[in-house]
Amino acid sequence: MPILLDVKNLSTHFRSTLGTVKAVNDVSFVLHEGETLGLVGESGCGKSVTALSIMRLVPSPPGNIVNGKVIFDGQDLLTMTEEEMQAVRGRNIGMIFQEPMTSLNPVLTIGSQLEEPLKLHLGMTKQQSASRSKELLELVGIPDTETRLKSFPHQISGGQRQRVMIAMALSCEPKLLIADEATTALDVTIQAQILEIIKDLTDRLGTSVIIITHNLGVVARYADSVNVMYAGRIREYGNLDQVYKEPKHPYTVGLLNSVPTLDLDANLRLEPIRGEIPNLTDLPEGCAFIDRCDYAVPLCEKSDPELIEIDRAHFGACWEHERVNRLIPGVTS
Amino acid sequence: MTVKTDHDIANELLKSTHTPLLEIRNLKVHFPVKDGFIIQRQVGTIKAVDGVNLIVHPGETLGLVGESGSGKTTIGRAVLKLEEATEGNILLEGKDITGLSGTALREGRRRLGMVFQDPFGSLNPRMSAGNLIGEPLKIHGLTSTKSEYRRRVAELLKLVGLNPLMAGRYPHEFSGGQRQRIGVARALASKPDVMVLDEPVSALDVSIQAQVINLIKDLQTEFGLAYIFIAHDLSVVRNISDRVAVMYLGKIVEIGSRDDIYNHPKHPYTQALLSAVPTANPELERNRERIVLEGDIPSPLNPPSGCVFRTRCPLATKECSTDVPELQSVSGNHRAACIKGDWYKSDSAGHGSDS
Repeated sequence: MPILLDVKNLSTHFRSTLGTVKAVNDVSFVLHEGETLGLVGESGCGKSVTALSIMRLVPSPPGNIVNGKVIFDGQDLLTMTEEEMQAVRGRNIGMIFQEPMTSLNPVLTIGSQLEEPLKLHLGMTKQQSASRSKELLELVGIPDTETRLKSFPHQISGGQRQRVMIAMALSCEPKLLIADEATTALDVTIQAQILEIIKDLTDRLGTSVIIITHNLGVVARYADSVNVMYAGRIREYGNLDQVYKEPKHPYTVGLLNSVPTLDLDANLRLEPIRGEIPNLTDLPEGCAFIDRCDYAVPLCEKSDPELIEIDRAHFGACWEHERVNRLIPGVTS
Repeated sequence: MTVKTDHDIANELLKSTHTPLLEIRNLKVHFPVKDGFIIQRQVGTIKAVDGVNLIVHPGETLGLVGESGSGKTTIGRAVLKLEEATEGNILLEGKDITGLSGTALREGRRRLGMVFQDPFGSLNPRMSAGNLIGEPLKIHGLTSTKSEYRRRVAELLKLVGLNPLMAGRYPHEFSGGQRQRIGVARALASKPDVMVLDEPVSALDVSIQAQVINLIKDLQTEFGLAYIFIAHDLSVVRNISDRVAVMYLGKIVEIGSRDDIYNHPKHPYTQALLSAVPTANPELERNRERIVLEGDIPSPLNPPSGCVFRTRCPLATKECSTDVPELQSVSGNHRAACIKGDWYKSDSAGHGSDS
């Protein structure tokens, strides 16, 4: 599959009174056409800022993309003018945000918000965009579309709002969809509905997807490959089986061992990662995970390991990756 | 991988002989919905909790799961009388505490602790960690001298894994996980018998969640506390609970031991809920069939007639809109409320209402 998105050495920093926050620090990854990539990590790891940097939506000031290239479909998005970028957003790259209430305009009807990108990007007439909007709502499973088009966001439920967001994001059939914690605020049964719709529609359109989430289960179900981020950097990348079964970074191991899942022994004691997420304004010179790591050696203090290919298309950033392994308790292999 | 400990065996003995530690009988919490300017008229009722029976034994964890609007939080709040019960009783060791007020209510609350969901909103930002933890000690007069008070605060901080030297710090100086530890220490200060934990880890990052879950478990083993653990995360509830009750729109639809609920779910809602949870196991996820429920949770202002779940239920037929299902025994203490179940006897003569 050809490469759709190639992010090279992306760094996005934020200035604050406490110093510079390196929210995204030298991040590189590729996304192929039709691929679904999971971007996982905890709060502050830089996963959302990575997405905002791709979309060129980092608030500036205080934020600033200080380095890197974002090659999308052969063009570097970071060198585009704002006008050129507006033609990409919504048209070639769609985005769904976490909070459907704040990302929809409260004073415009659902219909007019759905029609806007259709008129703007595809040059549709009023009639064309109105009938297309109706189709789109049916596509995402909203009943009674006539009334819904005339409704305002506050008149529909959270799950319905997120469906509208999906309809909007996919209305121009973009090549890439970024879903940033798109289902985190929703109940489990609604979350399942929304994720199934996203999967179904993107499969049909051949859209590449970046799923940003802290939920390892969502990634296990919907992604093909996964990037694990910690403190602004990618620490591990590979396909699902590689990362979940043979993780090469102690942080990935820690994450996997600290979530209870329905398939493991219910009496199992969780193994949390000790300590706390480090302060991003004051990262150590070496590996940022060092204080919480069971595998740390003196070298980790001096030098931050690069992301290198350990196994075929399986990358890890750990000096001690050969020693790292995940013993799944209660499972004998 | 823990086998039965002495603690477990002791609990089982207790359960068989004693009155339950906490009993909730036919609890109803209804909220009036008012409309109108100056003269307010009641235009409707939200039945947040609608006829719930529960029992909590000493030292056990009862998990309460359900989606938003299911009434799980309201039950927790009603137990501590933070919410007035419209109907029904709450009994602590057989003694009705529903109508208590003044000193008697305070003594009742001493024996009940609560940990809230939001570690940022539930701690007074103008009180130091030490004062936050010490407040219950003062209110209930549990320490007589200043040095005893200080010793006890330090002890509580240590118990939840915080450095006693942090007593002078204010909530904003702590991380989310540390704040939740303060919340636990505060609930623990009055030496309660039952603790209501309302979504205690859902605001925390995954790596921190596990730390707090383990802390909560350790404290239970150490003090023999009983927990009502309220959460929407089914994996977390499975990890911590002995028994689990599944709620939907103010009613319990299924209740049983952890293994009953997770290994042999009987109610279609429980089954759908479990199948909706993605597990962090790609191999399993590839081969798993999913029950995706249609539609949204109905408004509690206008719940469906008959079975509250029928509007989203794949099994629903005509009778479901007229017959209100009762919790009936599937086997032993495993009960579920669905008239389509093969265990369900439509003549509701011999149904058990307590659990």
